[in-house]
Amino acid sequence: MTSQTALSAPGAERPSLRRRLAAAGWDRTTLLVLPAAAFVVLLFIYPFAYGLVLSFQPMAGGVFANYAKFFSDPYLYDTIGTTMWLGLPATLVNMALALPIAFRVRHFRWQRILTTILVIPITLGTVLVAEGLLTYLGPQGWLNRTLIELGVIGSPVRLIHNYWGVFLSLVITGFPFVFLLTLSYVTGIDPALPQAAATLGAGPASRFRHIFLPLLVPGLAVAFCLAFVQAFSVFPSAVLLGAPAGPTRVISIAAYQAAFEQYDHSMASAIAMIMGAVQLVVVVAVLGARTLFYRGPMGSGKG
Amino acid sequence: MRSVDSLPAKLWNSLIWLLIGFFLLNLFGLIAAVGVNSFATRWLGTWFPAGWTTRWYFSAWEEFQLWDVLLVTMEVVLAVVLLSLLLGVPAAYALARREFGGKKLLTLLFLLPLLVPPITYGIPLATVLYQVHLAGTMTGVILANLVPTVPFVILVMTPFIEQIDPKLESAARVFGANTFKVFAYVLVPLLAPGMLAAGLLVLVRTVAMFELTFLTAGPSSQTLVVALYYSVFAAGVRAGQSVDAMAMIYMATTLVWLFIALRFVDPTQLVTRVKKTS
Amino acid sequence: MAKADHTFGEIRLDRVSRGFDGVMALQDLDLTIRRGEFIALLGPSGCGKSTALNCLAGLLPLTGGSIWLDDRRIDELPPERRGFGMVFQNYALFPHMTVRRNIGFGLAMRGVPRHEADPRIDDAIRMVQLEAHVDKLPGQLSGGQQQRVAIARAIVVQPPLVLMDEPLSNLDARLRLDMRHEIRRIHNELGRSTVYVTHDQDEALSLADRIVVLRDGRVRQIGTPEELYARPAVLDVARFMGYRNVFEGRVEDGNADRAIVVRDGIRLTGTPRGALASGRASVAIRPEELIPGEDGPGAIPGVVESVEFIGREYAATALTRDGLLLHFRSHQRLSLDEPVHLRAAPERVLLFAAEESA
Repeated sequence: MTSQTALSAPGAERPSLRRRLAAAGWDRTTLLVLPAAAFVVLLFIYPFAYGLVLSFQPMAGGVFANYAKFFSDPYLYDTIGTTMWLGLPATLVNMALALPIAFRVRHFRWQRILTTILVIPITLGTVLVAEGLLTYLGPQGWLNRTLIELGVIGSPVRLIHNYWGVFLSLVITGFPFVFLLTLSYVTGIDPALPQAAATLGAGPASRFRHIFLPLLVPGLAVAFCLAFVQAFSVFPSAVLLGAPAGPTRVISIAAYQAAFEQYDHSMASAIAMIMGAVQLVVVVAVLGARTLFYRGPMGSGKG
Repeated sequence: MRSVDSLPAKLWNSLIWLLIGFFLLNLFGLIAAVGVNSFATRWLGTWFPAGWTTRWYFSAWEEFQLWDVLLVTMEVVLAVVLLSLLLGVPAAYALARREFGGKKLLTLLFLLPLLVPPITYGIPLATVLYQVHLAGTMTGVILANLVPTVPFVILVMTPFIEQIDPKLESAARVFGANTFKVFAYVLVPLLAPGMLAAGLLVLVRTVAMFELTFLTAGPSSQTLVVALYYSVFAAGVRAGQSVDAMAMIYMATTLVWLFIALRFVDPTQLVTRVKKTS
Repeated sequence: MAKADHTFGEIRLDRVSRGFDGVMALQDLDLTIRRGEFIALLGPSGCGKSTALNCLAGLLPLTGGSIWLDDRRIDELPPERRGFGMVFQNYALFPHMTVRRNIGFGLAMRGVPRHEADPRIDDAIRMVQLEAHVDKLPGQLSGGQQQRVAIARAIVVQPPLVLMDEPLSNLDARLRLDMRHEIRRIHNELGRSTVYVTHDQDEALSLADRIVVLRDGRVRQIGTPEELYARPAVLDVARFMGYRNVFEGRVEDGNADRAIVVRDGIRLTGTPRGALASGRASVAIRPEELIPGEDGPGAIPGVVESVEFIGREYAATALTRDGLLLHFRSHQRLSLDEPVHLRAAPERVLLFAAEESA
């Protein structure tokens, strides 16, 4: 809502504050946004800023002491690699599974039932999935028993309290999210486009390569970023289902320990900042690569 | 439009369905494992337990003080739902109805808590709450959980409000309604289904929200999921079956609310969809 | 745009049907499309015309009947092997490809090498007059320009048959008229067959060599525009072709060429279309054929109800004594409530076997 300031004659008064705000689109209705905005600033932006500043005020040593300590102590900086080694493959596996499955399921009659079932792991959350896997994947659990019964393996495979348990839990909780996102992108493509391609002689493989893939890549990049960020923040399953002292000591564990076991909030903030920074780098890199592809509406203009 | 069903196409199809089936089977398996164990007398080294009992539920109830924990959970979740609606709906209204300078920045601001995972901002947040002596209290837990839910409500409600024709409000005004009446007779009735949907989604997400509560709760302000975590953590001390009984109670709580929510919303709305085309 | 990929004589649809669970979207469509013909599929929405087109394209499988290209049966081929060109209602341009790549897509799919494809693409671009826009993306084009890209894309592969699904329905009125001429001109230049789906009878009349009128999945009439205009075979075709005045009467006398229908004291002489079995008939008269005249036998008395100026003349309605509202034309402005006597030539009064009122 803009209003013209009725001011043309020289010597007239400056428009009131109200008028000037209105010209920029701010009026009583817009003010409704302020409480929520203030809340987010206070409880999200401010803690981040506070944490950033705090990270440069270590309990001992110079300004960069926390960061120096992090990058010189293998017990600490290895956590980046460990978390990457968990988060990246899990995300890639989820994306590799989600795309063909979303593709196949997009015309499925009982799609809604399938998506409802897939929403269950998200609803249950990582803690419950971890607890379930502890029993299910255990040496006496059903998975090992079935595999031995089928003769695939001779003795139980070690799947809990190590890398694999955490990896599997990341796949189980991450896949539905990636799948639902991918499905929404796939169904968002105008169905007339592959039809037009078919009438022009494109078979299924050509249609996928020339029509679907280029149109999906931008959305898939976004899905990857969201999924990766989620996986990189793995915490309860790494503790419950992994080996938090070693192979699955992820960066969130390091941050938690600094805050709640060593009571070194400055260091904890530093680790949280580093964690955020690593996530940011990956996201920027992926989204940067995305601009090489097409970005725009998934339809074809009018109609 | 279906192309000719060639052999490679049929094989590919079967592979996909096999993968889906395998995933669902394992999902069911892990859930069933918890359930079966919770009703087991003893379960070591056999396909199924030696005997069945319900005593673990009673012992878990006592051991983990589940009544108190459930009470706390409900209080926290209810407060979070109400407050996030209170803060989020007006903001969504403003975003849906007005174009203004700085809108893009504001939208980004509201998007951030949904894009950044909870543990990343949870630790600085816990630090700040600790400084103002709110850490470990219910207030602190509620505030922490509000951080992702207020933007979530805004994200869900904004397109909902955009769909309501603004001319309806104009028409109400032309026919004599003041702001309050427009709100009461036009907006709230039209927004009610959306708010119900948003509220239910917030509810389900908050019951399952682990990291934020974990970082900010004290012993008397734990929600069910955090209590579950601690009990699994200390599983060596307690009987695994009672932990699984507690897990089943947690599962029942979340699934009940999920299925209630699904009557009103599409399952895909549980997952934040940032933008369809970006 | 000269030589043909292959010569063909005709495309034959033989009892083509498509439907499920007793609901037939299309039933027993028999049609032979000769080379060079422009066929329009005309009817209201839901009549099956788009279904027929999609069946021809291979986008929908048939549940009955067959489709033949000369002596080759093609209805079991997927769309990518039929080699037809198609223009979609919303154009379906690939949003991530330039105009040039969109148009060249079909040639690329057939493996036509660049040095051969490029001049053909240039030809198509010239044919639709889009030289200035070759490197733009569809999102940067107007509706009319997008439509021309869609047409160019369909014809560059030199298909034996071009299918068009209501291509003009998304354009504004002025552009629609211009594009209509363009489409016919391109068809003539190409020398191939075109099947064109529309719900607009003016479009069909002006573009087509033959029109197939469909309703509820069935063919009602196939004929040239002149035939459909002057001699609709059944009442609903007549209604669709603009015979707005439809009412019932009792058949008093008549033979195969002329019959007299009576209603509330009015005696009309008309031309029967088909056998008038029972004693009742439906009368159909175009507004343009009904004009005020002298009182006397064969006139319909009425009272003017409304008058509209439409440029060359006036479009008016009159109410008869028994409550019938008739649409007619007049060269002079009439006053409301003025009495009129409406007359129409017997060749222009069509009589159909009485149906239940629609």
